[in-house]
Amino acid sequence: MQDINKLKTIAKNIRKDVLTSIAEAGSGHTGGSLGLADVFTSLYFDILNHKPNNPNWEDRDRLILSIGHVAPVLYASLANAGYFNKDELLTLRKLGSRLQGHPGKNHGLPGIELSAGSLGQGLSVSVGLALSAKIDNKSWKVYTILGDGELQEGSVWEAAMSAAHHKLNNIIALIDRNNLQIDGPTNKVMTIEPLYDKWKSFGWNVLKCNGNNILEIINTYKQAQKEKTKPTVIIAKTVMGKGVPDIENNYEWHGKAPTKNQLKLFIKNLY
Amino acid sequence: MKEYKFTDKKDTRSGFGAGLYELGNKNKNVVAMCADLTGSLKMNEFANKFPERFFQAGIAEANMVGVAAGLTIGNKIPFIGTFAAFATGRVYDQIRQSVAYSNKNVKICASHAGLTLGEDGATHQILEDIGLMKMLPNMTVIVPCDYNQTKAATIAIADYKGPVYLRFGRPKVPNFTDENQKFEIGKAINLNKGTDVSIFATGHMVWEAIEAAKILEKQKISAEIINIHTIKPLDKKSILQSVEKTKAVVVAEEHMINGGLGDSIAQLLASKNPKPIEFVGVNDTFGESGTPDKLMEKYGLKAKNIVDAVNKVISRK
Repeated sequence: MQDINKLKTIAKNIRKDVLTSIAEAGSGHTGGSLGLADVFTSLYFDILNHKPNNPNWEDRDRLILSIGHVAPVLYASLANAGYFNKDELLTLRKLGSRLQGHPGKNHGLPGIELSAGSLGQGLSVSVGLALSAKIDNKSWKVYTILGDGELQEGSVWEAAMSAAHHKLNNIIALIDRNNLQIDGPTNKVMTIEPLYDKWKSFGWNVLKCNGNNILEIINTYKQAQKEKTKPTVIIAKTVMGKGVPDIENNYEWHGKAPTKNQLKLFIKNLY
Repeated sequence: MKEYKFTDKKDTRSGFGAGLYELGNKNKNVVAMCADLTGSLKMNEFANKFPERFFQAGIAEANMVGVAAGLTIGNKIPFIGTFAAFATGRVYDQIRQSVAYSNKNVKICASHAGLTLGEDGATHQILEDIGLMKMLPNMTVIVPCDYNQTKAATIAIADYKGPVYLRFGRPKVPNFTDENQKFEIGKAINLNKGTDVSIFATGHMVWEAIEAAKILEKQKISAEIINIHTIKPLDKKSILQSVEKTKAVVVAEEHMINGGLGDSIAQLLASKNPKPIEFVGVNDTFGESGTPDKLMEKYGLKAKNIVDAVNKVISRK
């Protein structure tokens, strides 16, 4: 594993880039992007087997982001990992940019496997990917990022059923369990609990971790990699807006951008 | 008038099944999925011979479309099959985002399209699918007319990289095109040269157009028949050439007039060479239960309706 302090620094840089790019764009999904910075750092700087200078390398692990609205954390992670120049982050959401508001596969940005934005599709795509790896006896894995509110989409459960049916132990999905969605707390909008039991009953290997603790995230992913017969889902407890005390756990920051003045303050307070 | 003969009637879905099976033998990257309609889609032969490349999706079409998109990222060529109603309307958002916008090499194979599905009624008789699919950027839309053409089209789309909607049907219809034809995506086929009217037909309506031309010949009307098997991309050149000669147009399709092939042709002619045009199709209504033949008759999709449309359009010249 990489040095943990180094990873923490990377996560902080990614958060700074998320804030800066969204502030420059004037709109975007700040809360979820910040909350997932530790998960993305763990993936792109430790867990994923990938080559930033050869993004279409055949044997790469595939990262499927099902919740396209947290695109800023994906873009910041890709840029920090060396897929493209960090300057380009400032083009987010602007006309002609490769950094679309929600990831678009055909806008030329390296490292994007799929267009995503409309929810509930990423796990199905992951199942297809995992099947293709099985057909070809390949050892690469599929790492899927799901939202907790997204689990209200019925298609997620169609995909969950099929992944277990096909015994796709090469899928490791992670649920960004921050308990919040646009209209408020998930348990008020539409109850999704008991999550652990639901996924268990769908035939999945279910793990839990603190999604804002890099060491714990990495260890949980490593445990998931050992699973022999079932797909794994990690219920990762995260804090929306993590790292910026001024906005943590406030669902109003799901889809809001910081102003230029707020940006200065947030970066100053970033931890 | 050129004579077209057929020795047998066959269903276009069986042409798909035969094409898929042939592909299984010759291209190991071809995989297939079906949402609990393997027998109806004639995918059994493929499923039995290549079990490691066939995946049952269950009654979960949305997931099937996403899985297919994922298979393409792993360099497979997925052919997914179900009824046209469930292959389009039910999963439009999945197709739009994960297939079309992502430009994934998924082949959406849709059977039992249109009224000729018959007795099951309007829930299953989709008449809007061509419109839904042709509106999507990156999507190719193909509607073959008989068994041989469907088989050839199925084989051809495996070599084309990009999303394809392949529409076929349930009933047995005259199988009259060449058994060994090479299918060219986007290339219209001139079935009969004529001078008085251009009849553009797709799918099951192509044979009806041939029947109509025979009747028209007796009325001393020379009809050009063009088989438009690819709705998108449209063979604009062939259409414009024919219309420049005949100066009158009839379009025939087993689909809603609104949003179908007729729309595409009318749009082309309106901007390039406006001429009188009549539409043979379903006019803003749902279908109902009945035999395919009786339904086609009730909703005005027979040779005689094409003849009427030709007479009308010629009077407007």
